Amino acid sequence: MIPMNFDYVMPKSLVDALRALGDRGENAKILAGGHSLLPLIKLRLANPTLLIDVSKIAGLNRVKQQGDKIVIGALATHYQIESSELLKKSCPLLGQTARAIGDVQVRNRGTIGGSLVHGDPAADWPAAILALGGQLKFSGTKGERWLDVEKFFLGPMTTAIEANEILTEIHLPATPRRSGCAYLKMAQQASGFAIVGVAVSLRLDAKGRCEDIGIGVTGLGDKPFRAHRVEERLRGNRLTAKMIEASAALVSDGIDPLEDLHAAADYRAHLARVFTGRAIQAALKNAASRRR
Amino acid sequence: MPVSKLVGAKVKRREDPSLMRGLGEYVDDVKLADTLHAAILRSPHAHARIESIDVRAARQFAGVVAVFTGAELKDQIGTIPTTADNPTLRIPKHFVLAVEKVCYVGEGVAVVVAEDRYTARDALDLIQVEYEPLPVVIDAEKALTAGSPVIHPEWPDNLAFSWQQEQGDVAGAFKRADKIVKQRLVHQRMAPIAIETRGVLASYSAAAKELTVWSSTQIPHLLKTHLAQMLKFPEQQVRVVAPDVGGGFGSKLNVYAEEALLGYLAVKLNRPVKWIEERRENFQATIHGRGQIGEVEAAVKKDGTLLALRYKVIADIGAYHQLFTPAIPPFTGLMLSGCYRIPAIAIELRAAFTNKMSTDAYRGAGRPEATYVIERLMDRVAGELKLDPVKVRQKNFPKPAEFPFKTATGLVYDSGNYQLALTKALKLANYEKLRREQKRLRGRNRYLGIGVSTYVEICAMGPGFWEYGKVEVEPSGTVNVYSGASPHGQGQKTSFAQIVADQLGVELDDVMVIHGDTKLVAKGMGTFGSRGTAVGGIAVYQAAQKVQEKARELAAHILEVDADDLVFSDGKFSVKGVPRKGLTIKQIAQQARAAKNLPATLSPDLAADSTFEPSNFTFPFGTHICVVEIDPQTGTVETKQYIAVDDCGKVINPLLVDGQVQGGIVQGLGQALYEEVVYDDNGQLITGSLMDYAVPRAADLPRLRLAHTETPTPVNPLGIKGIGEAGTIGSTPAVVSAVIDALAPFGVEHIDMPLTPQKIWRLCQAKKAVSAGGRR
Repeated sequence: MIPMNFDYVMPKSLVDALRALGDRGENAKILAGGHSLLPLIKLRLANPTLLIDVSKIAGLNRVKQQGDKIVIGALATHYQIESSELLKKSCPLLGQTARAIGDVQVRNRGTIGGSLVHGDPAADWPAAILALGGQLKFSGTKGERWLDVEKFFLGPMTTAIEANEILTEIHLPATPRRSGCAYLKMAQQASGFAIVGVAVSLRLDAKGRCEDIGIGVTGLGDKPFRAHRVEERLRGNRLTAKMIEASAALVSDGIDPLEDLHAAADYRAHLARVFTGRAIQAALKNAASRRR
Repeated sequence: MPVSKLVGAKVKRREDPSLMRGLGEYVDDVKLADTLHAAILRSPHAHARIESIDVRAARQFAGVVAVFTGAELKDQIGTIPTTADNPTLRIPKHFVLAVEKVCYVGEGVAVVVAEDRYTARDALDLIQVEYEPLPVVIDAEKALTAGSPVIHPEWPDNLAFSWQQEQGDVAGAFKRADKIVKQRLVHQRMAPIAIETRGVLASYSAAAKELTVWSSTQIPHLLKTHLAQMLKFPEQQVRVVAPDVGGGFGSKLNVYAEEALLGYLAVKLNRPVKWIEERRENFQATIHGRGQIGEVEAAVKKDGTLLALRYKVIADIGAYHQLFTPAIPPFTGLMLSGCYRIPAIAIELRAAFTNKMSTDAYRGAGRPEATYVIERLMDRVAGELKLDPVKVRQKNFPKPAEFPFKTATGLVYDSGNYQLALTKALKLANYEKLRREQKRLRGRNRYLGIGVSTYVEICAMGPGFWEYGKVEVEPSGTVNVYSGASPHGQGQKTSFAQIVADQLGVELDDVMVIHGDTKLVAKGMGTFGSRGTAVGGIAVYQAAQKVQEKARELAAHILEVDADDLVFSDGKFSVKGVPRKGLTIKQIAQQARAAKNLPATLSPDLAADSTFEPSNFTFPFGTHICVVEIDPQTGTVETKQYIAVDDCGKVINPLLVDGQVQGGIVQGLGQALYEEVVYDDNGQLITGSLMDYAVPRAADLPRLRLAHTETPTPVNPLGIKGIGEAGTIGSTPAVVSAVIDALAPFGVEHIDMPLTPQKIWRLCQAKKAVSAGGRR
């Protein structure tokens, strides 16, 4: 648990951070909360020669609403999101998901941006972000870039971020009326990571039918994904128990499930179906309770 | 005890205020000037010949002071000791660093000593080792099968030792039996996971020719003797200090390679050397617990009466023996009778070498395995005979009047009232109501399970294992208590002070308990086997009594009265009939130093020591009840209720007892549901970190409901039995029993631990619920 030698800088501005990143390229790593990166370097599984600590860059941890958009600074901690009064009203799925991450100590330090760019296929945030749908904002030496969250996760520990970019903001739609959400996961007993985690965000029409739904799934495959086939079956329909069960059964179709000591592929796929069904049910119940 | 103000009282742990504020002093907190740091290169192979080791680059690395390989040290440091008197025992040479070949992943191969920890670690990467991999055997049953890869060529059958015992007419009972119930049971390997990993700091004073070794150990005095032998050092020049120790659970009841290695390095380099174990090393190179595969068979009558038991077991001991490795599995055999009358018992134990870390004592050490065997068996008997599991147990209890009770394994249980603890637990749990609730919920496809385990265990290691205590009243009246016990979380700085304060009638705050330093405490054995208070506490108690007696003599001399004319009460000796004329312990201590004309038989101090060796073991017992609910769709287990009634004899401090029981229950539940050390077929440790090895967390548990009965033991004057391990022993079978009870509608009779959601789900898949509310 002793890392190799590395240099450390703590830039005060994004420009300085990007310059440092540009100078050192692939050998530099951005350090935010450190909860994914530090264990890797202590185990010498990652050996960056430069750590760029961005935690003191002002303004990167804000959580705010701009019209019908929620803007989350990449440095917002899990706890900050969990405890945000604004998000409780405007995007409750985020708080629910934050609560499922690690423990209080982890949530106090870990950041949403750090978690997303780490690209762990069993992390919690991707499920929620995919279910909500939205845009990621990157700053690079050549300027800013926007990317749809669905295009971000490429594989295990692999995302679409470029070596000279920093994730700065996550833009998500604020939750409208007649909507409900839920994040449910089967946690791996030792690590707390998701064996399977399913986030659901849905909106009902005036007649109680499913007007729109987003379902994000983590833990099942080699990258988190949005369960389009399940969503399509549900959109426009009344969400009966039978309908939910039948559509949830599609969640693992075409996915090659991960397999490890804690869950074989068939068990994981089964859990994904069960948790998808349960998360939809929970979101529906949540919508009912939020009806105003 | 005549005076009892503090004994039995809920005195808060005096240890906690400093520990909770981070003021504890663990090995890594001990800082010495000019300290070097050691890092150990460990084998990545489970079995391989070392073809060559090239340490040149590491030696040349800036900041590196020394590098040693096993071959260089094999004649300098003796082999790692093991103790057992089994004549079949085969002891492979166990060097502090591997010589010629490695036999498990994590075995030390070379050591780097550097100016700082970072340099030492970096230099490890510069050592080139050429390995020639050898065939690996991980499974203990396979290891004992012909054709298995051989670990130590001198013993091609991989048999480490064997042990058998038979008493009573076993064959006859099996012929007479109405029913024979069999079960195969696997006790998985466990990692003890003390919060503080191991750590050693060694320092040599060339002037005093004294080697001091700070180690996170449970046995400073035993370690001192072994280190002196291994390092060929006069024992009087070795001092071992166990500072604050952050948990042991048996894993620090040992003599490890690193302890001798660091001692050697400190002398050789004439500078202090420190090594702090990393968590990954802790998984690989600190002993594991359990690791048994058994087949039990019971001969029973239709009414549930047990006639005989047969147990064949294979113990997976790993590649080498550690200190008590060969002593643990026989404990399982001895305790197989559980809290039942079983007229005939046969045990056949074979221990196998495997390419893994050694197993050794882990909280319970052989007894959890025994309790699990007999308790699972009782459930199976109840299932086969369609009887209530509680009734089957009751039927086979010896009655209180039958104590001391002799088992067919050769033990004599000191005292017990098993029915009393069971009745109390059933009442607390509202057992009958729970059964009705279970039936009702099954009708709604909800699966509640109720598990009952009645256990007895063996504590306070009897004849042959003693403990030392000394009590000294300083002239100012403060009291020092020296103990050879080496508490590492049990709280004896509190409980021993309670015992002594009561005996001397002084304030608790005036009593200081000193332990864990071989220079300050003349002798000792240490803390293990739930003996701290039941043996160490008695030694301290006896020493305090002697001090009280001596104080009486001194008081008689000072007051010029006959000793028999003095009465002792509230810390004061006063003259019978003249209550105003008297002296407190404090005054006696003060005046003793300046006493004039003392008789030759009386020294001018107030101190005494004592050694206590119990005549027999003690046998604490109790009943644990666990209630769970299973989600058959996911296989998850929710622990809904937990009730424990434990009887550890007389209680010195109920808070400490409950703390021990709570921790123990949680650890036992960890074995039942979560924990398992897993090696793959190549001997790679799959559960090598806390990201994969699951220990229970507070949130996994319901509030535990704890109660007690109190049946004193006759084997020591305070009637104390010991409680350090009982929770672990009672809880594992209770939890497993509850889960399997919940799965009864699915026709499940047994599942091997840990009862992971995946295993449970598979069983539920294989057999859909038979019928709601059907068989209980």
